Amino acid sequence: MAGSTPASSSAEVGAYGAAQPVISPWKDAWRRFRKHRLAVASLFVLLLIILAVLFGSYIWRVPINEIDFTARLAPPSREHPFGTDDLGQDLFARMLYGGRISLAVGLAAMSVAMVLGVLVGSVAGMAQGWVSSALMWLTDLFLSLPQLPLLLLVIYLFRDSLKAIFGLEAGIFIMVVIVIGGLRWMPVARLVRAQFLSLREKEFVEAARALGASKLRQVLRHILPNAMGPVIVAATIDVAAAIIAESTLSFLGLGFPPDIPTWGRLLFDAKDYLDFAPHFALFPGVAIFLTVLAINFIGDGLRDALDPRRVI
Amino acid sequence: MANYLIRRLLIAIPSLLGISLVLFLVLALAPGDPFGELAANPNVPPEVAQALRQKFGLDDPIFLRYGRWLLAMLQGDWGFSFVSRVNVDTLILQRLPATLFVIGSAQILALLIALPVGVYAARRPYSIFDQIANTFAFIGFSLPTFFTGLVFILVFSIWLDWLPFVYRSDLAATGWRWYWENFRQAIMPIMVLALFQAASMTRYVRSAVLDVIRLDYVTTARAKGLGERRVILKHVVRNALIPVVTLVALQMPAVFGGAIVTEQIFRIPGIGSLLISSILANDTPVIMAVTFVFSCLVVLFNLIADLLYGWLDPRIKFG
Repeated sequence: MAGSTPASSSAEVGAYGAAQPVISPWKDAWRRFRKHRLAVASLFVLLLIILAVLFGSYIWRVPINEIDFTARLAPPSREHPFGTDDLGQDLFARMLYGGRISLAVGLAAMSVAMVLGVLVGSVAGMAQGWVSSALMWLTDLFLSLPQLPLLLLVIYLFRDSLKAIFGLEAGIFIMVVIVIGGLRWMPVARLVRAQFLSLREKEFVEAARALGASKLRQVLRHILPNAMGPVIVAATIDVAAAIIAESTLSFLGLGFPPDIPTWGRLLFDAKDYLDFAPHFALFPGVAIFLTVLAINFIGDGLRDALDPRRVI
Repeated sequence: MANYLIRRLLIAIPSLLGISLVLFLVLALAPGDPFGELAANPNVPPEVAQALRQKFGLDDPIFLRYGRWLLAMLQGDWGFSFVSRVNVDTLILQRLPATLFVIGSAQILALLIALPVGVYAARRPYSIFDQIANTFAFIGFSLPTFFTGLVFILVFSIWLDWLPFVYRSDLAATGWRWYWENFRQAIMPIMVLALFQAASMTRYVRSAVLDVIRLDYVTTARAKGLGERRVILKHVVRNALIPVVTLVALQMPAVFGGAIVTEQIFRIPGIGSLLISSILANDTPVIMAVTFVFSCLVVLFNLIADLLYGWLDPRIKFG
């Protein structure tokens, strides 16, 4: 620019940068997230759990199905840090393996719910007239469905045929993920629609429209990125809800079969031995609790970081 | 008021129809049908199986079958339990009171915990009390009901031996003793459900009160010399309850989920444990009916929430 010749060549870059350091939105979010001490602590706990579940079985090399009747329901010891179950199998190894499934179900079901919710919410937010109201009616209908009974009904009806198609483990995994995700998208859809309704009237979207951006480009480049904050928060909390849902199914004996020791399944097996082997129930229960609590706290921290307007 | 009630009832009907349609479609799309076994049986000639299918209308178009099923449900013909050998509606009516008793008491108890704690926390936001309440709320709704139930049994029944852990509907005692025994066996399931509910409700109440307490009309109420108690109860809480009612109504499906789990843990003879046992016994008519009853209960509670709005917010009646 004319007339703004810097005093020295080295001052050129620094002058502005030093006075007003550029902070990217992500950095800003991280700065706000860090203030939430419990959320940061939870992040460490969750990372620890994830690392343990992913790589623990390479370090703790006890097979999960080694039956040892001499050590049935043994309390925690040096050999078995978390004790053993009713067949004398090492509980620690089983929990490391089962945790992988529990976390995977949580993440996958959350992804299903997010994709469905964002899709329905965006369409309902962009479309006018009957499409929008029909989609919202559908959302409200799904919201008033009792989730757990329906989950149990669907699993009861479709269990055998999915087993036949995908094999035992994959079949149940796919079904549990789709059913849990398919019954949890509604809050996300409402959230996305509400965001869309306000964002699509904003000036920057109008500018994009004036420049001739197509509907799809408006949504993908301008509206959706700005609507993502609350969606990420909802997604985080949904992982926790999905983990609880999977554990509930397994706990009722209707989720994964006994040879896949998810944490809920371990609790189901443990509940009959509560009086003389409380460790059998306490370890998986505490694992579920810690994971869910950590995820919820992280969600709370993310809300502070990404959705600062909201006061909850 | 009557007008409002009728309008709400009319809105509830399409959602009930929608729910029944979803349930029926799930059943119809599921592989296998009641005559699957018959077709596989070599002793039954295919013509007979075909005739039976035709007689019961299994090959009719799906909307016709839905209409017929819905009509039967409306007339109170809910089918016959394969396992218990009684009509499904008698079975459900036997089991329903226990479920409603546990869920209802748990909701009331949760409200009794959440209201004072939430209001008190919101009056001094970010105080020590608020932070402790918030942390406990997080712990409360991160503890799944099945785990709290097991821990309660472990502590109160096995270690302390204070409370029975199996719920019995055929208590031998009579009179006051009967009430006492009933109370004792109901404490744990109700507490498990209530604590889980109270945790999320406390947060709702807190944020709703926080939204209201800074508004001008509250300052006005204080400025004209009303006592703090009156300001909070009459002016703040009443308005703060409106969003809380919505959120609690939205939570009802989750409450029924929790009820199924607690009924299973404590062996309460309610419709939740009926659902699980009929799933394990492949008793399709009962499964369908119980799921439908749960949906009706959700719609019913939404209706009650709507009525509560009318009471809390007089503006709605004229709208």
